[in-house]
Amino acid sequence: MTLEVLDRSQTETAAPAAPVRAKPQRLSIIDCDFHPTVKTIDELKPYLSKRWWERIQTYGLRPRHAFVNGDPYPKAAPRAARRDAWGPDGSQPGSDLAFTQQHYLDAYDVEYAMMGPLYPSGQADQDPEFTTAMVSAVNDWQLDAWAHRDKRLKASILVSYEDPQSSVAEIEKRAGDKSFAQILLLTRTNEPLGRKRYWPIYEAAERHGLPVAMHVFGYSGFPVSGTGWPSYYLEETTGHSAACQSVVASLVLEGVFERFPDVKFINIEGGFGWLAALSWRLDKHWSRLRAEVPHLKRPPSEYLREQLYITTQPMDEPESPRQLIDLMEQVGMDRLLFATDYPHWDFDDPARALPRGLTPEQTRAICSENARKLFRL
Amino acid sequence: MRASGAIDCDVHPNVPSMQALVPYLDPYWQEMVDVRGIETFENRSFPLMAPINARPEWRDKKGRAAESVERIQRELFDRWDPAIAICNCLYGVQMINDEHMAAAFATAVNRWIAAEWLDKEPRLRASIVVPVQNPELAVDEIERWAGDKRFVSVLVLVMGELPLGKSFHWPIYRAAEKHGLPICVHLGSAYRHPVTASGWPTYHVEDYVVQTQAFQAQTASLISHGVFQKFPKLKVVLAESGVTWLPTFLWRFSKGWRGLRIEVPWVDRSPLEIVREHFRLTLQPFDAPQDPVEVARVLDHLGSEDLLLYSSDYPHWQFDGDDLMPAGFSEELQRKIMVDNPLATYPRLGGTI
Repeated sequence: MTLEVLDRSQTETAAPAAPVRAKPQRLSIIDCDFHPTVKTIDELKPYLSKRWWERIQTYGLRPRHAFVNGDPYPKAAPRAARRDAWGPDGSQPGSDLAFTQQHYLDAYDVEYAMMGPLYPSGQADQDPEFTTAMVSAVNDWQLDAWAHRDKRLKASILVSYEDPQSSVAEIEKRAGDKSFAQILLLTRTNEPLGRKRYWPIYEAAERHGLPVAMHVFGYSGFPVSGTGWPSYYLEETTGHSAACQSVVASLVLEGVFERFPDVKFINIEGGFGWLAALSWRLDKHWSRLRAEVPHLKRPPSEYLREQLYITTQPMDEPESPRQLIDLMEQVGMDRLLFATDYPHWDFDDPARALPRGLTPEQTRAICSENARKLFRL
Repeated sequence: MRASGAIDCDVHPNVPSMQALVPYLDPYWQEMVDVRGIETFENRSFPLMAPINARPEWRDKKGRAAESVERIQRELFDRWDPAIAICNCLYGVQMINDEHMAAAFATAVNRWIAAEWLDKEPRLRASIVVPVQNPELAVDEIERWAGDKRFVSVLVLVMGELPLGKSFHWPIYRAAEKHGLPICVHLGSAYRHPVTASGWPTYHVEDYVVQTQAFQAQTASLISHGVFQKFPKLKVVLAESGVTWLPTFLWRFSKGWRGLRIEVPWVDRSPLEIVREHFRLTLQPFDAPQDPVEVARVLDHLGSEDLLLYSSDYPHWQFDGDDLMPAGFSEELQRKIMVDNPLATYPRLGGTI
């Protein structure tokens, strides 16, 4: 889905008179959210033991939800994908390297893309040992099928985050390989991500200078809202953004940022508009209730401003482009990372998703320079 | 700053003890309190001793606050001079697992409010406490009080067993719409589910802060299920919800609706429009920074002067001194928030002030 705000110029009064981006369609990007997948799960077989391969054949993946296949809430489109992203041979969106290069990497001038394999990844399975085996397989597969075949593609270290010990082992195994740019978690974990059981992952991230990326989704087994299970995909997908807000609150209030001041966190695909309001709310109530969290030395917003990066997709869509720039300023132009979410249906096109009125420097910062610094590319 | 003539849409009488309620329970439940040793149903979302739950000067020697009408007269009415204050009693009725016990305590709380507060102070109004656990019993409770115009809305917590849009709850909305009672969705959880999508938070401050996510979920739920197509006159008041989360949530949800409306074809207009017509938010805690530039942005992003309702959140400690109204609000906006918006939201206030 692309932004409509650019088409609303007749209603916009606060935009500057002159266009500020000469050739937006040729702006290269570092895409912080690209989702590769397998053509068939057989691609992972070489990386799995007989036991785990048979487990997949017999039971499939077993996240904490009710259906053997698919999602608890059917998506908006097959495989939640752009309808034009299926390969010429009918292969799944994001599974064919040559087609992906042509349809995505070349078409949008992608300088680098951060890979976030979501399915099948094995993350958030009911059996953490299976997750450990699967994420290691998927990490190998990211190298062999993608990163080693196109230098624009950067792998993520998927970890079995509910088993921090095995997560650390996987990070240690991969950290020396510059093909990996970040550690990747999902947001809906079994406990809020600030809790101490997850801290070994952050210690490993600190040791190796790796950012910790947290992509929406995962099935904790808990409802997406504190009031129970919604009925509609519309509610669920909106709820993922709310779930990110709880994750951010947990990280800051547990003192993760205080304890690991050099670790950068990235929230992916939860939108960013909510971050300013959450920061204000955290500061307001922390000021009254701070005796409960004496490990915090500064207002929560200060930690967030320094250590949290956030991706742009799905781009917030206020009623005017000026308000979108307000949100970007509130979050910080140096903390926003452009993301397309290719090949998913709610993809953001870099030439169309950004609001008019950004300076060329701001546009470059969001589209590539912030990520270049963060990932030391 | 005094607010003479204002309608304060969120104040909280505290039930002092189980003994205060016992006289208002039916004989069977009076006996059960005694035989089973039921000590209290104080609401976990509002531990009284937490700093946020009472301003220091409003606490007695034991730290308790807002337990009698004399205190609200002195501490709230004498200080700000509102014309009306609406009592939202947060006693833990919605937490009770036995729906018949919940119904009995809902009735007792409403009787207690009527006798100990409304009868003694004509400037007070109240929300009807209902057993949300059982909509049939909740409707009975609404009907019990509907003839008493001092009850002006129906109170539910923002986190219960099921999302509020689900048709399970619709009998409550049918009765509320019939009697001109807005649904007041107040901060607080029945703790049937973890407060976050990733389980239980560690700290009270965390629990409190993340409740805005439940307000987002309930707003999405009520709209997605077509509650306002079914009950076009129904109004929803989000109370103690915070304010600044609303614009970006609405933009995101409206964008989602544009992409996904095939799923909810009965939602025939943008959630943004539906919220502006049907939802109102109480002012405190106003969670924007004090910087007037940011306050102006928040008001611009809200996009409507009709949304906010004056509230002190008495006795909760949400602001210091007398400055209940945040700096940067125009005179005209203040007037709307204090009087016009509440009158338009609570039809049963009409003609009574």
